[in-house]
Amino acid sequence: MELFDSLILLLDSTVRLTVPLLLACLAGLYSERAGIFDIGLEGKMLAGAFGAAVVAALTGSAWLGLFAGIGVSVAMALVHGVASITFRGNQIISGVAINFLAAGLTTLLGQTWFRQGGRTPQLNGDARFNGFDFPFADQLAEVPVVGSIYSELLSGHNVLVYAAFFAVPITYFVLFRTRFGLRLRASGENPKAVDTAGVNVNMMRFKAVLITGILCGIAGAYLSTGMSSGFVKDMTAGRGFIALAALIFAKWMPVPALYACLLFGFLSALGNFMQGAELPIIGEVPVQLVQALPYILTVVLLAGFIGKAVGPKAGGIPYVKER
Amino acid sequence: MTDKSQANEQRSSGTAVSQNAAPQLAIELAGINKHFGPVHANKDIDLKVTRGTVHGIVGENGAGKTTLMSILYGFYTAETGRIFVDGKEVTIKDSSHALELGIGMVHQHFMLVDNFTVLENVILGAEDDALLQPSLDKARKVLAQLARDYELEVDPDALIEDLSVGGQQRVEILKALYRGAEILILDEPTGVLTPSEADHLFKVLETLRKQGKTILLITHKLREIMAITDDVSVMRQGAMVKTLETKNTDPAELAELMVGRRVLLRVDKGPSNPGDVKLEVRDLVVKDDMDITRVKGINFEVRAGEIVGIAGVSGNGQSDMLEAITGMRKADSGQLIVKGKEVVIKGDDGAAKLRDMSVAHVPEDRQELGLVVTFEQWENAILGYQDDDKYGKGAFLSIPAAREEANRHIEKYDIRPANNRLKAANFSGGNQQKIVLAREMSRNPDVLVVGQPTRGVDIGAIEFIHNQIVAMRDAGKAVLLVSVELDEIRSLADRILVMFDGHIVGEADPATATEAELGLLMAGVSADNAPESDKREANNKESAK
Amino acid sequence: MIVRKPLPRWADLILVPFLNLTLAFLISGLVVLIIGENPIEAVKILLFGAFGYGEGLGYTLHFATNFIFAGLAFSIASHAGQFNIGAEGQAYVAGLGAILVALALDQTHWLLVMPLAMIASAAIGGFWGFVPGYLAAKRGSHVVITTIMFNFIASAFMVYMLNRVLKQSDNMAPESATVVNAGRMPQLREWWDYFGYSPLNVMFFVAVAALIAAYILLWRTELGYKIRTMGQNPSAAHYAGISNSAIVMIAMTISGAVAGMIALNEVLGVQNRLVLDFVFGYGFVGIAVGLMGRNHPIGIALAALLFGALYQGGQELAFMMPAVTREMILVIQALVILFTGAMEGLFRRPLEMMFGMLEFSKSEKSDDAPASSKS
Repeated sequence: MELFDSLILLLDSTVRLTVPLLLACLAGLYSERAGIFDIGLEGKMLAGAFGAAVVAALTGSAWLGLFAGIGVSVAMALVHGVASITFRGNQIISGVAINFLAAGLTTLLGQTWFRQGGRTPQLNGDARFNGFDFPFADQLAEVPVVGSIYSELLSGHNVLVYAAFFAVPITYFVLFRTRFGLRLRASGENPKAVDTAGVNVNMMRFKAVLITGILCGIAGAYLSTGMSSGFVKDMTAGRGFIALAALIFAKWMPVPALYACLLFGFLSALGNFMQGAELPIIGEVPVQLVQALPYILTVVLLAGFIGKAVGPKAGGIPYVKER
Repeated sequence: MTDKSQANEQRSSGTAVSQNAAPQLAIELAGINKHFGPVHANKDIDLKVTRGTVHGIVGENGAGKTTLMSILYGFYTAETGRIFVDGKEVTIKDSSHALELGIGMVHQHFMLVDNFTVLENVILGAEDDALLQPSLDKARKVLAQLARDYELEVDPDALIEDLSVGGQQRVEILKALYRGAEILILDEPTGVLTPSEADHLFKVLETLRKQGKTILLITHKLREIMAITDDVSVMRQGAMVKTLETKNTDPAELAELMVGRRVLLRVDKGPSNPGDVKLEVRDLVVKDDMDITRVKGINFEVRAGEIVGIAGVSGNGQSDMLEAITGMRKADSGQLIVKGKEVVIKGDDGAAKLRDMSVAHVPEDRQELGLVVTFEQWENAILGYQDDDKYGKGAFLSIPAAREEANRHIEKYDIRPANNRLKAANFSGGNQQKIVLAREMSRNPDVLVVGQPTRGVDIGAIEFIHNQIVAMRDAGKAVLLVSVELDEIRSLADRILVMFDGHIVGEADPATATEAELGLLMAGVSADNAPESDKREANNKESAK
Repeated sequence: MIVRKPLPRWADLILVPFLNLTLAFLISGLVVLIIGENPIEAVKILLFGAFGYGEGLGYTLHFATNFIFAGLAFSIASHAGQFNIGAEGQAYVAGLGAILVALALDQTHWLLVMPLAMIASAAIGGFWGFVPGYLAAKRGSHVVITTIMFNFIASAFMVYMLNRVLKQSDNMAPESATVVNAGRMPQLREWWDYFGYSPLNVMFFVAVAALIAAYILLWRTELGYKIRTMGQNPSAAHYAGISNSAIVMIAMTISGAVAGMIALNEVLGVQNRLVLDFVFGYGFVGIAVGLMGRNHPIGIALAALLFGALYQGGQELAFMMPAVTREMILVIQALVILFTGAMEGLFRRPLEMMFGMLEFSKSEKSDDAPASSKS
């Protein structure tokens, strides 16, 4: 039974660690499906986390924090949009700039406003997104297996966790069942076809980038007001890049994105778990290997050794109407 | 029937009375002007198109046909000029506005999303509401109806990338019809089609005309104009030259109007004096990047002191053959023999190998292949020969030596402006071509492979380039010339091979072959569809004489 | 009819970068204002801190050394059309080469250690650049994504190496043994005490030499010609018999090797041992330096000096104006990348219009502009 409890704990931790990856991954999905590369997911998430923590600390409301986080992240997304859509700049360079901008500004402003070495004040009570229990979670906890799955694994998370998983079918629906999704995907595959069909490509791309901003903001808010109780310097810790890796791993599809993020979330949970633990037969597995696995897997996948990941055809190329 | 097409029907039933034009005109353009940078692409264009007719627009490449139609389709905005649709003056803001006015366009390069289905492509931009399913259902019904009406059969659930080129074109036409187009613009629609697909297209157009649609057909093929149009307008260098009734004109007149003056492409050249075989291909099969077989087993040889011309409609495998012969592409099978030695390409630097064997290559596309347009002329003067010790010993590059070479090119080939520090992008098309020719010819190669030597080059430079190619022949070089300009082939080549669908379908003597005979061969209508091996023997016999 | 004209050379090379940079600094000034400090005062402190006295200048040049290597690494790949954002990871793993050679030969002479450590660092850093290059050339991977992933893989790998392999039993911290003798790069202060306690060392001269070598490589050798051809037009390079895949791999390897030189400057010039995250983001600054320096060695030298001054002056600033923390540099760096890189067209288009208009008023009479090719 002890092993089973550990497994539940591991999976519970997987769920929590998957959430920011999933939100950021879906964020990237919208942008890249519309033809705008985004390596600035990390920065937008970080900025969102900061915005959310600051406003939550000042107002005591996690919800106001969430909106602030979204607002800050969207502002960053718009910078990316203006640079890469309006000025047809290099999308990679713009993404790099966004990441530095977020890293610099959050710490600088955090220090200026709170003087706690870049941290924001500790959040308590309503300033955080707290978990809520499903009905009868307590009573069912004692039921073997099913009980702990219900009360530990499924119940007890905060609203953003459920929102993140719910975002998967929604994204699928939006992309593949709506006019907006059709036009968005076409903008990333053949923008000229969209233009000649009488649809404004750049406007479509701006909308996509906007959604990316919103989702990154939620991901950031989850980090600072859901998973932790406040903003800490560089708290995204490369999650934006793992999300990017997951996006490639999922071949730019929403449901596979969920699986990829769960896999990568599981790997980071496992990494935390295994710190110093000895495994039978293999002995001690270096935790760093587990941590690096998402990146290694992505490299291997990209190189076509296991399947082939080909992104949207017009990705990274600014749309120019007139010669 | 769709709402939109009903609306269009109302419009075409002619309630609007024009103040400027007779009501039977579907389109009237007046005084259209458009520049691209320094290029005056459309100069004061006037055009009247009668409803229910097929109206052809002919002109050479770059005459401004596509620009004019793109203005009509709202893709570009004219600087000046007025547009009347069904007698009403309109300002077409963008493509969606053009669609609302009942104007649809089938572009030369299809505007389709490859990994979408036919249905998805058809409704893109014309969806009825936020959810797709109702639009998809409706489109499925409409397509079925259109297929019956116009013989436009396509599987609505097929992915575009799985369709043939002809199938993709049908989707483009369906897209326009689905949007209720009453006026259909087709830009060079047969350029990518096989002859049978082209025939089918013409049947479709015929049906469309009968149903009262107006069709604008852009082409540079006079045969098509004569076959299907009611009226024809000729454009030349951005200007509208003349509009004629097709039945009152003939190809000769149209050709003269297109070119302006009869250009005598006859080059002064004596009889050829063929020597040893310098270049030979045997059963050459070549696939393109998409893994489609483009060259399907061809055989020929080129001897020292002769020009062998490969004629054919663009897209029949010539480009891939050129790349295989010059080492840029691995042959799928078959042999390439240069000066008696078989050449096998392994890595992606095969072009260097062929250059080492003294095979020079003037590529079809100078801007994409033959030049680095952001490099200065002197840097382009050594492209492909950068490893030569002449331009620096060992690993180093001698800028003075390269500049000296560049200046020799400028002088000998009259490249203007005579400035080796100017970027290649800043030279005119003719001078860019001279930069490439100078580089390849001044190496004194044994074999010269030339693709489309005068594409987009002005008349004066054409003459110069042709004379240079003949001079190479007279100096005892083996010259292989690939061109889609039949006149060019006829005036330069000593022997003509015609390529169609990856095969060499015939050989002709330029002195005796008529344009009609060659045209038939180029269209794939050869007298005999004999297997390739027989022809090879025939070729060998021919060249053994 | 107003036509956009290509900008004259001077405007292209000086005016546009100047305007972009000015905008970046103006916005940075705004940020300083927002956090309640006086930007002009800040600039004064920064400039004095960076250039005002020997030790400050020494630090400035020391940082600039890193940035020259990082900027060159970015640029050489860039000339071949490859976007290498992996200099950070390449420099990080190269630290292994530097420290292992230095530890092994600590009892010899620095004239022996230095070239061997350089070779070892270049080899490891070069390998870390070669693999993404190979994957791009032969397997069609995206260099940007692969190099990002390689940065993280490098990071995990180095944590492992420092914790499990190089860590000393008598030290709790994850760091290697310390070099004490010949393994240390000679400090310039040993000969010239003007530089105070700054860690400016002989690697500075290597950096200057690297600038010259890069110039020669790119513009005076066949390989450089091939690299530039590949970067400008891969199809033309293919036509010219240049192996695209070979050039990508070579350029990425050189790029990684150059990035590896940062390891010597930091590991053997400052820390004297291998520590976690010694690269400290210098590799990423290379992107800004390369973009700002227009991928030309002279530009890279100037941009590296600017960033060196920002880093050193920024430290001084953080000391004098505690509100303006070290992260201010990151903000400036981001804005420089944004405006000289991604928003490069911000001033370009209006300027092209302006020059077009000037041109137009000069040649109003002649309507027949020379037919120019499509671009």
